[in-house]
Amino acid sequence: MADTPHKPVPRPYQDTQAYWDAAREKRLILQRCRDCQKFQFFPRGVCSHCLGSALEWVDSPGRGVVHTFTIAHRAPHPGFANQVPFVIGIIELEEGVRMMTNIVGCDPNSVRIDMPVKVTFEEATPDITLPQFTPA
Amino acid sequence: MDSIHKKTAIVGVAESDLGRVPHKSKYQLSAEASRAALDDAGLSIKDVDGLFTTIITEGGEMSSLVMAEYMGIRPRYTDSTSIGGSSFVAYVEHAAAAINAGMCEVALICHGSTNISDRGGRAGPVSTRSSVYGPMQFEEPYGTSTVSSYALAAQRHMHLYGTTSEQLAEIAVATRKWASMNPKALMRSPITIEDVLNSRMVSSPLHVLDCCLVTDAGGAVVLTSMERARDLKKRPVAVLGTGEAHTHRMISQMPDYTETAAKISGKLAFERAGVTHKDIDVAEIYDSFTITVLLTLESLGFCKKGEGGAFVSGQRTAPGGDFPMNTQGGALSYTHPGMFGIFTLIEGVRQLRGECGPRQVKDAELALCNGTGGVLSSTGTVILGRT
Repeated sequence: MADTPHKPVPRPYQDTQAYWDAAREKRLILQRCRDCQKFQFFPRGVCSHCLGSALEWVDSPGRGVVHTFTIAHRAPHPGFANQVPFVIGIIELEEGVRMMTNIVGCDPNSVRIDMPVKVTFEEATPDITLPQFTPA
Repeated sequence: MDSIHKKTAIVGVAESDLGRVPHKSKYQLSAEASRAALDDAGLSIKDVDGLFTTIITEGGEMSSLVMAEYMGIRPRYTDSTSIGGSSFVAYVEHAAAAINAGMCEVALICHGSTNISDRGGRAGPVSTRSSVYGPMQFEEPYGTSTVSSYALAAQRHMHLYGTTSEQLAEIAVATRKWASMNPKALMRSPITIEDVLNSRMVSSPLHVLDCCLVTDAGGAVVLTSMERARDLKKRPVAVLGTGEAHTHRMISQMPDYTETAAKISGKLAFERAGVTHKDIDVAEIYDSFTITVLLTLESLGFCKKGEGGAFVSGQRTAPGGDFPMNTQGGALSYTHPGMFGIFTLIEGVRQLRGECGPRQVKDAELALCNGTGGVLSSTGTVILGRT
């Protein structure tokens, strides 16, 4: 296994450091704008609804439903070679934002649109933990 | 009538060598296509004063600088807009505006790519990088790819509207029939709906025969003012209406998975051209995947939202059907070097000139060309007319 390349991992930057720091503590956090009160995903330095800078981080319970999904049968990167087939999903969180994830801990063929899911965490490397979703 | 449309014409079109061209660089393919398109117009590279190009790049090449240098020109108008495969269709709008504003007189749109040779001859993993900087770090770690992105849209469309894999397969089968009449098409053997459904699943619900080819290819299109066009080698093809739009970069940010920006760019193009859907004789619709076509037809308004599956059924888009589409064989069967938009224009022009031999759509007077780029992210729509 030592020679198996790992999946690509995020390299945190100014906008995203706090998100990945929280993920390493197994917390999902989202940005909300204090000016327009809207949530956004992915994290940015400004609000994508009103372009304001008054963003705050809010803990999310990590609940939502599957908005759409696909079962990938081909590895897009050598790091996924021993994971196919795997499920890529778009989750609509209770907060109203959507994010990409894998849907794990279930038979890929059991995944359905509108299925309730909850967040779980996968330690990809010692530094990076990925939020993932599993049937609720 | 607005200030730029109907005053500009496409006067030259050409492809380079297509398919697998391992002995030529992407720059050479782009330049050879440019030479051929200029010859088609009766112009030379010395006449070009506006350059519009983008190249698939790993290293952030400044595409129009690279290509102008390569071909030995110093344009006074330059545009490397990079919005994916639709860029070349969007350039028609940019070029028409520039020509009508007097910023340039002869605009060259060109593209070259060695997309299959660069991968050692087979379509393999798209990335080997170990870390991801920028917003894509919210997608790549989850194993996304171009095909998976389009599959997400297909799955949602099926869920909401009952669209079937058989209906998507109708598009691939019809497109192959057109390809069988184009000697330049890479894949010309007939296929059936069963062949598509039985082909390898790449990312559900998309099978390998729902996906475009991966090839090397170059293409070029030359535009000038209608006034100058009338003195050139071939009958000009008028740019009647154009539109461009984009809605997102990453598939996770797509506002509505069942609708593309063609809803905006198409509406603009129809309004500016002053024509309606039933006036269109031939449609060249970017077919990176079968689902791309279905969403585009709905978004352009050729049918209602959710009715794309029924619209393409019964081989309606095939030769002899009442909606001739992707008449050169499309990205699914003719060629696809990673960015296909320029080839929708080349075929649209040839159809309006009556140059298409056995695949010629009889009496074609109006063509609609639509490019889609990124992951259903950007669109350019152009309506062309015979003169």
